[in-house]
Amino acid sequence: MAHTEWKDAPGLPDFSLLKRLARDQLIFLLEQLPGKKDLFIDADLMSPLDRIANVTILKQHEVDKLYKVELKPIVSSSDQLCFLIRPRIQTVKWISDLVNADKVAGRFRRYKIIFTPQKFYACETVLEEQGVYGDVTTDEWNFYILPLDDDILSLELPEFFRDNFLEGDQRWVTTAGSALRLLQSVYGSFSKVYGIGRCAKMVYESWRELMEDGEQRTRQPEFAKVFLVDRDVDFVTPLCSQVVYEGLVDDLFRIKCGSVEFGPDVTSSDKSIKVMLNSQDKVFSEIRNEHFSNVFGFLSQKAKNLQTAYDKRRGMDIQQMKAFVADELKGLKQEHRLLSLHIGASESMMKKKTKQDFQELLKTEHSLLEGFEIRECITYIEEHINRQVSMIDSLRLLCLLSITENGLLSKDYRSLKAQYLQSYGIEHLLTFANLRQLGLLEEQQAGETLTVMESKVGKLVNDKTVGKLTDAFSSLAKKSNFRALSKRLALVPKSGEEYDLRVPRDMAYVFSGAYIPLSCKLIEQVLERDGWTGMEEVTRMLNGQEFAVTGGSSSSEARSKTDAQRIVLVMFLGGCTFSEISALRFLGKERGCRFIVVTTAITNSSRLLEALLDNSA
Amino acid sequence: VSRAKPEDDEYWNSSKFKAFTFDDDDDEFSRLKESKRAVNSILVDDDDDEEEEDGVERVSWSGEPVGSISWSVKETASSIRSGSEQSFPKIDTTPSLSKQGSGYSLSSLFKGDLYDTAVRTYAPELSHRKVRWKGNTRAGAFSLEKFRSLQDKLLLLDEAVAVYDGNLITAVLIYLKKSLSKEILFRELMARDVALRHYVHYLKEMGEQKLLVELMKALGRTEDMALMQYKEHLNIKDEGQRRDFLKSCLGLPFSQDDATHVQDHYTLLERQIIIEASDKKADAEIFKKFPRKASILNMPIITTLYYSCFYHYGESEGTYSSPENIRKTFRISEKQYILTALGARAKLKSWFDVDSLFNTKNWLGYTKKRSPIGFHRVVDILQKNSAPVNVLQEYVNLIDSPELKLSVALKYKCHDIVINTYRDLKDRQELVVYREKLERDSPEYRKIQELLNNVQIRWKN
Repeated sequence: MAHTEWKDAPGLPDFSLLKRLARDQLIFLLEQLPGKKDLFIDADLMSPLDRIANVTILKQHEVDKLYKVELKPIVSSSDQLCFLIRPRIQTVKWISDLVNADKVAGRFRRYKIIFTPQKFYACETVLEEQGVYGDVTTDEWNFYILPLDDDILSLELPEFFRDNFLEGDQRWVTTAGSALRLLQSVYGSFSKVYGIGRCAKMVYESWRELMEDGEQRTRQPEFAKVFLVDRDVDFVTPLCSQVVYEGLVDDLFRIKCGSVEFGPDVTSSDKSIKVMLNSQDKVFSEIRNEHFSNVFGFLSQKAKNLQTAYDKRRGMDIQQMKAFVADELKGLKQEHRLLSLHIGASESMMKKKTKQDFQELLKTEHSLLEGFEIRECITYIEEHINRQVSMIDSLRLLCLLSITENGLLSKDYRSLKAQYLQSYGIEHLLTFANLRQLGLLEEQQAGETLTVMESKVGKLVNDKTVGKLTDAFSSLAKKSNFRALSKRLALVPKSGEEYDLRVPRDMAYVFSGAYIPLSCKLIEQVLERDGWTGMEEVTRMLNGQEFAVTGGSSSSEARSKTDAQRIVLVMFLGGCTFSEISALRFLGKERGCRFIVVTTAITNSSRLLEALLDNSA
Repeated sequence: VSRAKPEDDEYWNSSKFKAFTFDDDDDEFSRLKESKRAVNSILVDDDDDEEEEDGVERVSWSGEPVGSISWSVKETASSIRSGSEQSFPKIDTTPSLSKQGSGYSLSSLFKGDLYDTAVRTYAPELSHRKVRWKGNTRAGAFSLEKFRSLQDKLLLLDEAVAVYDGNLITAVLIYLKKSLSKEILFRELMARDVALRHYVHYLKEMGEQKLLVELMKALGRTEDMALMQYKEHLNIKDEGQRRDFLKSCLGLPFSQDDATHVQDHYTLLERQIIIEASDKKADAEIFKKFPRKASILNMPIITTLYYSCFYHYGESEGTYSSPENIRKTFRISEKQYILTALGARAKLKSWFDVDSLFNTKNWLGYTKKRSPIGFHRVVDILQKNSAPVNVLQEYVNLIDSPELKLSVALKYKCHDIVINTYRDLKDRQELVVYREKLERDSPEYRKIQELLNNVQIRWKN
């Protein structure tokens, strides 16, 4: 049952080093501003910071008080203010206002901004324009990677997704390249890089340039292969309801930076508790990758074992009892605590899911994936919208419908959009514009095929009507071709076949046997073929942009015997879901290799869609 | 738009720290020195930039190989380098793939035009400046002012785009914004999609709405321009001003569909303001019994309809607040209307109103129950509003499919229906099973008892 242990699995590199590097650099930067200072921290940097440093360390470096950046006037009596922020124009404007307010009040202070993971020119321009350049010193804290678990590394940049894919801003490309360079510098080289997606290609190029810029290291590789994949190569997977334990917990309770807050409904007390969810949690590590339907059985078995272990106490003499308390009790208590927590969480999730008619929702999703009874699906979605239940779920279903069907029929699109706006607010027409631009929710263009588009492009090129040309390109890039891809890659098993979720036979188990995540299937295929050969049709349907690059040949033979050869680094640009991570863990187990996931952030359907909403100021 | 969403973390509710949650793991202060050295060697290369400043060209401007490597690039190995063992392999760029990688990318289509040759001529110069730019950000000493001719400026921009560095692209755009007239800049951006998108995003983040609108107009992207202007309403807090602003949006060049939606938006807010003003001081019984929890302003159409079905049911169509008026004005489908009215009337436990929602008279004058939504859905909604069993039962009975009817009856414990269904199915065993779930000597229990004792029924099992 446990995916964590299997024979012959290669060991993973020790990523805690990355935390230490980040912490030490932060300390170094704090020392650049000697003396007592107040530290203002961006809200979304709090949790990542929590994982690498503690308040004692900050105090040791003369941080007096800590504040959260709230973009409001501040109350601080300190003569030195330090700001630890993401490079965002709005935050820098706020800081400029503070400085100018101080100037007006005749107050003298020293100000330092530490941008992480890097600074942007646009931010510095704001300082200049606001007349505070020079009053404020700036620095960079290159905290590129936060290890969330043994096999999960996160850039903790949720905005990567919107910035890159919706706005078309490449500001994070070099960041991702730098993260890869950091990994390579610390953990050694690799023998092969594969990738697919426009951003993946740019990140690779950026990484390459950085490596050529910097010093060259000769080091035994700790991971042999790297796979870069853009989120927009596969939008279907993150839009599906998650049903493996970790994914489900994320969907319902939102795991933040590897930690989750369980409310009173889980703890069955009047307070909430925060827990870290990772491989250190022995109960969690055994159920995280399991389909939810297996979890109850597992937990109850575990509870029985625990009972037996406790029961041993009966009939013990004093000496035995002493030994029991010393050796076992602590472990048992710990296990007991964890067990009751996950049982509570499972119960609470069951309740929540029953309440929202989860079964019906899943049935609709599966029909969409299979392309079966689409009319019924549309009716279901329509009623979902009409009843004003979850705004995000309605949007999610609409997007799934659109991607799997290559766009909605014009009359359906109009009617569903109109009803959506009626139910959730007309301002969402901005959201619809975003979704359309990204190709997540579109109206079918009557009779338009790829070839038609191509000839259209050809004409436009001659006309040099470039504005229109751009439109043509973007709509060309949007065709999802899901149905054809699904057929080609056998993503959706034939319906009616029994699927034993207790003994998964492929990665489809993460979606109840209904669908193999496209992203993971691509990774599997490419690793198997050692490249894209034979997948030309697939890559064409994914709009090309695939690449495979081989490293030095001389040493790779020698290396192939080592563990490192069986470690694959997968970087998701734009976020990855826990379901995908579970699927890759499964794949690794099947193939005797291990995957390390590097992601710009952990995502799920809600986060993905919330990033695209435009319904509030 | 702030991306820094407020954390739900209770510890951070006030700006002042009260509690802190950093894990108190062991302090590895002793290892600091060693790590610091590592940090310095790996991460921070700014410090040794001083030496490099004068001349060492570290970046190849066009991405063409300068050095050489032993990496084999696929089989074609078109860009193999010789020499240094550890150089980094390049993506094999077959002719169909441009630098930007796409078979359809702009740069490949524009190949051979004047920029291409110009870039080649200017390359070394630009490349050198780029290196300086990169190395000097920290000191802020770099200067783009040397790029004065339009051609130089554009080369600079294209160069930034060619290295995929968004930060660099924006930096150049900021310089071009200052040193070129809008007309010229807009014109040049038209042919440069990547740069254009960076520019649009930059203007959005800077809140330069006016310029953005001008840009969209110049590009002929009128729908985008209209949406961008419409978006401004979100920043207007005062409802009167917001209404007036929406009114001013009506003439914008939206797509046909969106124009209708924006018209609706204006009408809706206009009506909501009227309804709100009168309901705020309303003293009708219903408002006392169920005080309003929030204002109706800026709520979606369906919420407004629900509100009107709740507080203004039965008003004549002539008033803005009446359900009929809202239904007509916003072209609400029958299905949607029934669902919403049902929810509101069930919440008030007005079972009579619920009843009449589904009553239709045929031409002979008989009343019949008809619904555009499945009756199982109706039952769901009634049950969620804690309708009594006799009400539920009536609607469960109207469910067409016998299987669905039975499962709904079982779910909501409509005993009579369950019992009658089993009776009709002549399913003795199920009845026996069901009897066990009931309280002994309850009427339902006895009813089953009687049925089971009835010798006239021919059970199938």
